[in-house]
Amino acid sequence: MSNKISTAQVKHIAALANIPITESEEAQLAAAFSETLATVSELMSVKVEGVEPTHQVTGLQNVWREDEVDQKSMLTQEEALANAKNTHQGYFVVERIIDES
Amino acid sequence: MSQAKLTLKQALAGLEAGEFSLSEIYKDVNKAVQTDNSQLNIYLTLNEKAEVEAANLGNLPLKGLPIAVKDNFLTKNLRTTAASTVLDEFVPPFESTATAKLKAAGGVVLGKTNLDAWAHGSSTETSQYGRTLNPRHPDYLPGGSSGGSAAAVAADFCIAALGTETAGSIRQPAAWCGVVGLKPTYGRVSRYGIVPMASSTDSPGTLTKTVEDSAILLNYLAGHDKKDSTTGPQPVPDFTQALNTDISGLKIGYLYHDLEGLEIVNPVIEEQLKVLEKLGVKVEKASAMDPKHAISVYTIVQRGEVSSNLARFDGIRYGNDRSFFGDEAKRRIMLGTYTLSKGYADQYYNTAQKVRTLFLQDFERLFATYDVLISATSPNYAKKIGATEGTAMFGELEDMLLEPSSISGLPGINIPCYHDQKTNLFLGMNIVGPMWEEARVIAVAAAFEKNTPWNSWRNAS
Amino acid sequence: MTKLDHYKLICGLEVHAELKTNSKMFCGCKNDPFGATKPNSYTCPVCLGLPGGLPVANKKAIEWTIKLGLALGCKINLFSKFDRKNYFYPDLPKGYQISQYDLPFCYDGLVETSEGLVRITRIHLEEDTGKLLHKEVAGKKVSLIDFNRSSVPLIEIVTEPDITSPTQAKEYGKKIRQILRYLEIADADMEQGGMRLEANISLAKTDANDLPTYKVEVKNINSFRFMENAIKYEMERHAALLEKGKTPAQETRGWNPTTGKTFPQRTKETAEDYRYFPDPDLPPIVFSKAQIETIRQSIPELADEKARRWQKEFDIEPRYATMLTANRHKAEWLETVFASAQATDTTPNQLAKAIINKKIEIKKGEAANKVIARYQKLTATDNVTEEELQTAIAKVVQANTEAVTRFKNGETKLLGFFMGQVMRELGKKVDAPALRQKLLQEIA
Repeated sequence: MSNKISTAQVKHIAALANIPITESEEAQLAAAFSETLATVSELMSVKVEGVEPTHQVTGLQNVWREDEVDQKSMLTQEEALANAKNTHQGYFVVERIIDES
Repeated sequence: MSQAKLTLKQALAGLEAGEFSLSEIYKDVNKAVQTDNSQLNIYLTLNEKAEVEAANLGNLPLKGLPIAVKDNFLTKNLRTTAASTVLDEFVPPFESTATAKLKAAGGVVLGKTNLDAWAHGSSTETSQYGRTLNPRHPDYLPGGSSGGSAAAVAADFCIAALGTETAGSIRQPAAWCGVVGLKPTYGRVSRYGIVPMASSTDSPGTLTKTVEDSAILLNYLAGHDKKDSTTGPQPVPDFTQALNTDISGLKIGYLYHDLEGLEIVNPVIEEQLKVLEKLGVKVEKASAMDPKHAISVYTIVQRGEVSSNLARFDGIRYGNDRSFFGDEAKRRIMLGTYTLSKGYADQYYNTAQKVRTLFLQDFERLFATYDVLISATSPNYAKKIGATEGTAMFGELEDMLLEPSSISGLPGINIPCYHDQKTNLFLGMNIVGPMWEEARVIAVAAAFEKNTPWNSWRNAS
Repeated sequence: MTKLDHYKLICGLEVHAELKTNSKMFCGCKNDPFGATKPNSYTCPVCLGLPGGLPVANKKAIEWTIKLGLALGCKINLFSKFDRKNYFYPDLPKGYQISQYDLPFCYDGLVETSEGLVRITRIHLEEDTGKLLHKEVAGKKVSLIDFNRSSVPLIEIVTEPDITSPTQAKEYGKKIRQILRYLEIADADMEQGGMRLEANISLAKTDANDLPTYKVEVKNINSFRFMENAIKYEMERHAALLEKGKTPAQETRGWNPTTGKTFPQRTKETAEDYRYFPDPDLPPIVFSKAQIETIRQSIPELADEKARRWQKEFDIEPRYATMLTANRHKAEWLETVFASAQATDTTPNQLAKAIINKKIEIKKGEAANKVIARYQKLTATDNVTEEELQTAIAKVVQANTEAVTRFKNGETKLLGFFMGQVMRELGKKVDAPALRQKLLQEIA
């Protein structure tokens, strides 16, 4: 497994991650990635056969709530919109997405 | 003496006894902030209404004392940025559970402290609002990511402070600033309303002048929250009961005693452990899983969770768009995306979670023998400004000694254990206990604090 | 020979249905996006994706998902979890959707249709997204976003590619909707977006054993009729391409009801890498077999079962039983009427037939005897003497000798004509079977 990341891979990841990057950033990021991957690749030397992954350390199960409306936590329309730069008649606004018919 | 230098305990006792008034405390604290904040860059936002809020509180346990809060806790109607220009103008319409509990107990948010942007780092140098300087010596960094809160305590810019730790972000800046930093068990304090970093390890906690102060605060912050499905149902004991526990007979495992790179700090730790031995504690060198594996586990898991947690910042409903992210955030988001992606998730993310299990098992083994585990908090004194530039993984490498306990969800405390008179800088000792055993950790820390000269604010006995 | 004769349809369906819980899936906001009077008025930090919001699972939504799975013959994963499905779209406030990846609550089920069995691959629970509205504001083309629907509980039912005809697809869809309504877990109102359909379509040569190498996904179908037409259209389109030796492109298409055609759609999700991982904010779900059984006990008798039982218990004809069991509450009330009728001269089947043919009006919930009385009044016969009857029959026979001859020669259908004539002659209502018998005696 190679630890070297190409700028093409960086471009692809940036698109997946929805992060705008410039061409100069591409090279920097590729180098930073490679450095990080080199460091963490030591993990491959650890024996993990038969070991289950731990996704949560709490050991909790079945944490849920009753189906009740929690009016107190709901935001008013004003509160919901208060921090948005672009709103219109109670809606958030974005540039038209082209794929919808 | 400036009333800003009071500990939480002293302030509460003094107010109760009528020795001074709350407004005198605010006057002294505000004076310190006015004078030095522009240089030290500790507060990003000050709460103009703090004193008014304090005056209108009524009779509550924390009596309106000014508390500094790391700027990743959402405070209702008070600007919250996570030290990133993405949230430059963000004013939350709701309160985090932790600050709501603080306020319900009578604490007042004096201001929001600087941090590494998004809590990504161990120095505050990734803050998009400039770094914070270490009040002990302004050529040096305060550590991070809760660097602002640690510095606020060290500079007496507050009576106490709140911070968060994902892997070292409370204990390490506490060590570098010479203050007490308590990281509770994961799930002990609610994460609701805190800008998430690594959801599976984020632990809100305290930065304080003394161990007693951290116990007092934890009493109010801790507890199950139905808004946070990862908080435990464990009842909250009175943590101040642990302050006077007799610790003789406890067994302490001294970790990382033979690790490369700890040549400056380990001799100090070993010397200071003798203090505990004099108190009747048994100290033994113990071997643990190599913490460099924890760096890898933490790096992969954290960056994966970060890449997902920061996906909501698209500038549509609040904040600025994703072009405002700083370099460190971009790096972490992208690396996290990569290690979760098709073809790579198995070798990176899934493997990391398996090695995490190994760490949990390792601690289980250690706690079968030892009551608490002790190590140095940081491999070095606070570093000089600019030290972190050019390293892609500064934070993770710096926090190596703390990552094993963080990824395992264990409670830990940093207690100052040495003061260098020349530089005015400190070293810290990290005390770790089993899950839910903050009391034990507090007991050992309190005993150490009482029997050593390293605390800058000796409680009047 | 149309080109379609060479091919068979290989089709799988995905149904999304919004559960009608009181509150949303991962927060306590009101679950009523269609009924909200203002956009963005049923939101909170969690479903709006504010920093620091954390999900808390709706217990009822989980139980209802399992209930549906059991009703569709599924196995239940006793250990299950929620996973994050990561992708970017303006209607997805967190930049990920909380869904289920490899351990859905239900799997391996079965639905019967008149055209064969349809296997259910899986049923999982997830949260809905916000809603986009396309408008022009200040001369600019924009999309307006409303998050009232964000995090409404959504179940997704996925079938194996077992659907072999457009009519079967429609039947399957209608059956699922009926079951959702019978279980009272969803209104499944397609106009309101409470139920959405997607079809994965491909054609294979009729004698082929392997699955085709391609499939086309048709999305945004919001009626059964559109679905049937879209599948028909796709079948023609694929066949035309295949005949030319081409393979239809693997893509996502939408249905345009105005043109009656599908069209390619750039989808937010094509060839995406969702980077699924278990949601660290939500502990896993663990059920015991006993708990699953308790949920199973709460499943009411479903329409098919009820219809079969009515056939046995009430002797009601299958097609009447199917029609009258379509709506659960109406059926449960009708059953009380049929049960009462059994003690009278009127048979349940007679009532059923009259109700379906709208010969009598009924109001759900009214007393059974009222309905029966209404029917009996309708079919009541007057008193007719034997002599009156004989006279009337004789008159009719005399006036229609040609018809009588034709009847004797085999046109038995004319009996109905004679009956009508006799009744007209009498000016009274006569008991039909008795009259038929009498006529047959006289003219046969």
